[in-house]
Amino acid sequence: MTRVSVRKTYKLYIGGAFPRSESGRTFEAESQNVARASRKDARDAVRAARAAFPVWAGMTAYNRGQILYRLAEMMEARSSDLERACSGRGEVEAAIDRVVWYAGWADKLAQVLGSSNPVAGPYFDFTVPEPMGVVAVLAPGEPPLGGLISRVAPAIVGGNAAVVVASETHPVAAIEFAEALATSDLPAGTVNILTGFRDELAPWLAGHMDVNAIDLTGADGGSTELEQLAAENVKRVVRSSADAQSPWEISAFLELKTVWHPIGL
Amino acid sequence: MPDYTRRVAKAPALVGGFVLPSGPRLPRVGSVDAVALEERAATLAKRSIKRESKVQALRLAVRMMDLTTLEGQDTPGKVAALCSKAIRPDPVDRSVPSVAAVCVYPSLAGVAKERLAGSGVRVASVATAFPSGQSPVEIKIAETRAVVELGADEVDMVIDRGAFLSGRYAKVYDEIVRVKEVCGDAHLKVILETGELGTYDNVRRASLIAIAAGADFIKTSTGKINPAATLPVTLCMMEVVRDVYAETGRMVGIKPAGGIRVSKQAVQYLVVLYETLGREWMTPDLFRFGASSLLNDVLMQLRKEKTGLYQSGDYFTID
Repeated sequence: MTRVSVRKTYKLYIGGAFPRSESGRTFEAESQNVARASRKDARDAVRAARAAFPVWAGMTAYNRGQILYRLAEMMEARSSDLERACSGRGEVEAAIDRVVWYAGWADKLAQVLGSSNPVAGPYFDFTVPEPMGVVAVLAPGEPPLGGLISRVAPAIVGGNAAVVVASETHPVAAIEFAEALATSDLPAGTVNILTGFRDELAPWLAGHMDVNAIDLTGADGGSTELEQLAAENVKRVVRSSADAQSPWEISAFLELKTVWHPIGL
Repeated sequence: MPDYTRRVAKAPALVGGFVLPSGPRLPRVGSVDAVALEERAATLAKRSIKRESKVQALRLAVRMMDLTTLEGQDTPGKVAALCSKAIRPDPVDRSVPSVAAVCVYPSLAGVAKERLAGSGVRVASVATAFPSGQSPVEIKIAETRAVVELGADEVDMVIDRGAFLSGRYAKVYDEIVRVKEVCGDAHLKVILETGELGTYDNVRRASLIAIAAGADFIKTSTGKINPAATLPVTLCMMEVVRDVYAETGRMVGIKPAGGIRVSKQAVQYLVVLYETLGREWMTPDLFRFGASSLLNDVLMQLRKEKTGLYQSGDYFTID
C-alpha cells in the first residue's frame, strides 16, 4: 500500500514555538508555501527576545558555548534536511563549522575584548564586553544557510537575543535551521525567525524602540530609511558581509563597559 | 445615607435585616448562569476595535485609572513619585490626561493628599484591615474615620469574607453600613474579593449586599490573591448594577482591580461595560480600573499610535 507523505508546513519561529503568522497569510518561495509574517508577528518576536535576553545573557559564557556546540550537533543531525534547503553538502558543512568556531569564542570574548586599564589614581580600572540586548538581523539571501549563520551566530554568542528576518527568496533554510535551534537547549526566544516580505517587516524592526541594534547586511542597498528609523533610539547599525567570520563580528554586537573600582582604601 | 439604602435597610427583615425590592430581577440570587456569563464575556472580549476608537478608549482608560501601590515596602517617596505620575502620566505628551485617583495604604494617605492638592486627582485609601478584613469592627470603623480625616476622597473597604462564606450576611451588611456612616462625603468602594467567593452566585449575592448597604462602587479584588479581576466576574457585577439601576434608578460604580496589566485587557473591559451598562457608565465617576502596571502599557500604546513605532519600557518611568 502506498502512503501519502506528511509534508511540512513552513511556519515562523517565535519564543521557541512554531506559530503560523498572526495574519494567517503565506507566500510562495522556493515552490513552498511559507508563512508571511506581519508587523504583529515582529512585535511578538521582539517581546519574546526581550524576555529571553536576561536568561541567555545571564548564563555563564562557558554554558553559552556549550549550547552553541549542541546547536552544531543538532545541525549535523539534520544535515540532509539542511542540504535540500541550500546549495548542498559543502554549504551545510561550512555553516556547522562556523557555529562551532563561534561557540569556541563564547568564553574567550571577555579576555580578548576586555582589558584592565592602567590609570593614575587609586583605582583598578577594567573594561568588560556586555551584550546589547535585542538585535534585529536582516539575513542575506545568498548563500541561504551560510549567510544566515554568519550573521546570527556572532550576534548571539555574546549574550544577545535576536529577531531574524529570513531571506525573502530563500526562507526555507531559515526554518530548517529553526528546527535545529528548537532542539539545541537555546532558551526559547533567544533566536526568533520571521519569514515574509522584508519591506513589510524591516521598517517595524528598525523603528522598534525595544530593539538595540540592527544588522543590515541583508538589506542590499536601500537602507537609508531603515537607518533613519534606527536613529530614533540610537540603535547600533551593523553592516558586514555574508561570509565574514571573525571575532570583530561578535564585538559589533557588544558594548564595552568600563568600571573604576577604588582600591587601597 | 442614600435614599435607596434607607428604604432597603428599613424594609421588613430577612434574617439579619434587609430585603431587596421585590421585582422581576433583583431577587434572582443564586441563579447566575455561569456558562452563558463566561461565553458572553469571551465573545465581547474578541470584538475588534478600530484604531481611532482604540486611542479614545485608551485615553478614557487613563482617566478611569486608580493608580495603585499597596505594598508593605511603600514609602512616602514612592507615593510622591506615583502622585507625580498620576498628575502627568506621560511627561513628554501633554495630551495624556491625569488619572482618576491614587490608591494607597492609610498611613500614606496624608502624603498622597499633600502631593495631589489642587491637581484634581483624588486620594483613595484602603481601609478596614485591608486586605483580609479580619479585624474587630470597631477597629475598621476607627481606621475608616482616620483615613477620611487624613483627607481620603475615596475609601476602598474590604468585606469580611470569613463572615460572608460562613453565611453571616448580616454581619457583612452591617459592617458596610457602619463604615459608610463614617465615610461622610468620601466615596465608598466595597471590595468583594471575588477570587475568594468561589461562585458567581456568591459574587452576585455579595454585590447586592454591598449595594444595599450603601456602596458607591463595588470593586472586584484586593489584588493580593489570584484570581483577581476577570472579565466574567466583572460582567456578573455589572449585571447586578444594571438590575439595580433598572429597578431603583440608583447608579452604582464598578471597579475591576488586579490582574489588568495590558491595554488590550483594559479595552475589553470597556467593551463589556459599554455593552452591559451603556454610555452613561463610561465615565470615571462610575467606572475605575485598579491597576499599577497597566498605566505604562497604555502610555506605550498611546505613544505607539502617535509615533508609529513600537515602544520600549525603557523609556517610561518605573512607578
